[in-house]
Amino acid sequence: MIRVVLPGHLRDLAHVNGEVELEVEGQVTQRSILDALEARYPMLSGTMRDHVTQLRRPFLRFFACSEDLSHELPDTPLPEAVASGAEPFLIVGAIAGG
Amino acid sequence: MTNKSGVRVLVGTRKGAFILTSDEKRTKWDVSGPHFAGWEIFHMKGSPADPDRLYASQFSGWSGQLIQRSNDGGKTWAPVNNKFVYDGVPGTHQWYDGTPHPWEFKRVWHLEPSLTDPDTVYAGIEDAALFRTTDGGQSWGELSGLRGHGSGPHWQPGAGGMCLHTILIDPSDPARIFIAISAAGAFRTDDAGETWKPINRGLRSEYIPDPSAEVGHCVHRIAMHRSRPGTLFMQKHWDVMRSDDAGDQWHEVSGNLPTDFGFVIDVHAHEPETIYVVPIKSDAEHYPLEGKLRVYRSKTGGNEWEALTKGLPQSDCYVNVLRDAMAIDALDSCGVYFGTTGGQVYASPDGGDNWAPIVRDLPAVLSVEVQTLA
Repeated sequence: MIRVVLPGHLRDLAHVNGEVELEVEGQVTQRSILDALEARYPMLSGTMRDHVTQLRRPFLRFFACSEDLSHELPDTPLPEAVASGAEPFLIVGAIAGG
Repeated sequence: MTNKSGVRVLVGTRKGAFILTSDEKRTKWDVSGPHFAGWEIFHMKGSPADPDRLYASQFSGWSGQLIQRSNDGGKTWAPVNNKFVYDGVPGTHQWYDGTPHPWEFKRVWHLEPSLTDPDTVYAGIEDAALFRTTDGGQSWGELSGLRGHGSGPHWQPGAGGMCLHTILIDPSDPARIFIAISAAGAFRTDDAGETWKPINRGLRSEYIPDPSAEVGHCVHRIAMHRSRPGTLFMQKHWDVMRSDDAGDQWHEVSGNLPTDFGFVIDVHAHEPETIYVVPIKSDAEHYPLEGKLRVYRSKTGGNEWEALTKGLPQSDCYVNVLRDAMAIDALDSCGVYFGTTGGQVYASPDGGDNWAPIVRDLPAVLSVEVQTLA
């Protein structure tokens, strides 16, 4: 089971509290996690990556295991600790409020 | 019960949406919100065909665009499709410095529901294009004849971005639609969006290389009275303008306004020659002249204007009133509403003679619409 932590505004949008737990088929990558998230919570479509380009939205970052994974390719396997559920996959909003 | 005589004012702000309701007296108000707290609500509007059907444009820098829909007058909301994809290869428009810049979807500025079908809504977006849903927001398609009209590569953004911000549907002919883009100008279709023509003849803008160019004008807002859809009123960047032939030719009606820069313009519900603007000092100083917040009313369709001040701050007021932030209700005694970047929403229940704030301390107001409830 994969664990995902959404930023607060997306937790509100998806009506979830705390971490999200997901079953991900096949290799655990950014793309497979986002695919599974959007399948479970369709209202999140387009809010984490662009509908057309599929690129990460520029004011969101991806972290796990104390590493910044934002610039990894979307199909690069994520650390085993994420795949096993030992560590969460963090989706973080930039500090850009106002 | 929402369907009693009164009004429902839909307010979009920098940090959420608010719904203000009152009976026909419009003296006591119920304030609901913030809805979508923390998100920018560029615009909310109700369907004329079903007042409980509302649409909202919700945006954030983190997560982009969402479209929300309510079927119960704003009590509950659910997101609908937020996928706005340009037809074909989008190409380029002009950037601020005149260089080509790729067309990119950024946000939805304005939602205009059909006059007759609650499931049909037009969306004006940045970078400028017109989209439409016919299934209540489950899918959106571009009316690409506008962007493909031929002048698109010459359009350029205004200070707020290259936004399509005004959509007016002719009540007598739904195939005729007027739109306006900053800074391209006004356009009209007579065939339900298949083909478009620029309607900017008579506009003069000293800030562009050819002041009388076919496109390139920074039109801020257009308004019409539903009984006379061939007569249009425009607040341009500078200049208040009027057309009596559906935009084919414009002439200036700024008259005795103390400054003719501004953003909003609207028409009285029952008097097609009574119009309202809020003059702003200049393109660099986006606040009222002399720190006095004054709505100006013309009862002669322009040129002769009177200042409306009763109940509005007449000293030290330096707020702005953005282009989608004025609305008119249709009660017998016509109500006029506007919101400010200082978070006030003012209402006049008597056509502008007297004003009072409904709320004083909201986040900066981006848009105001009003529904007259039967």
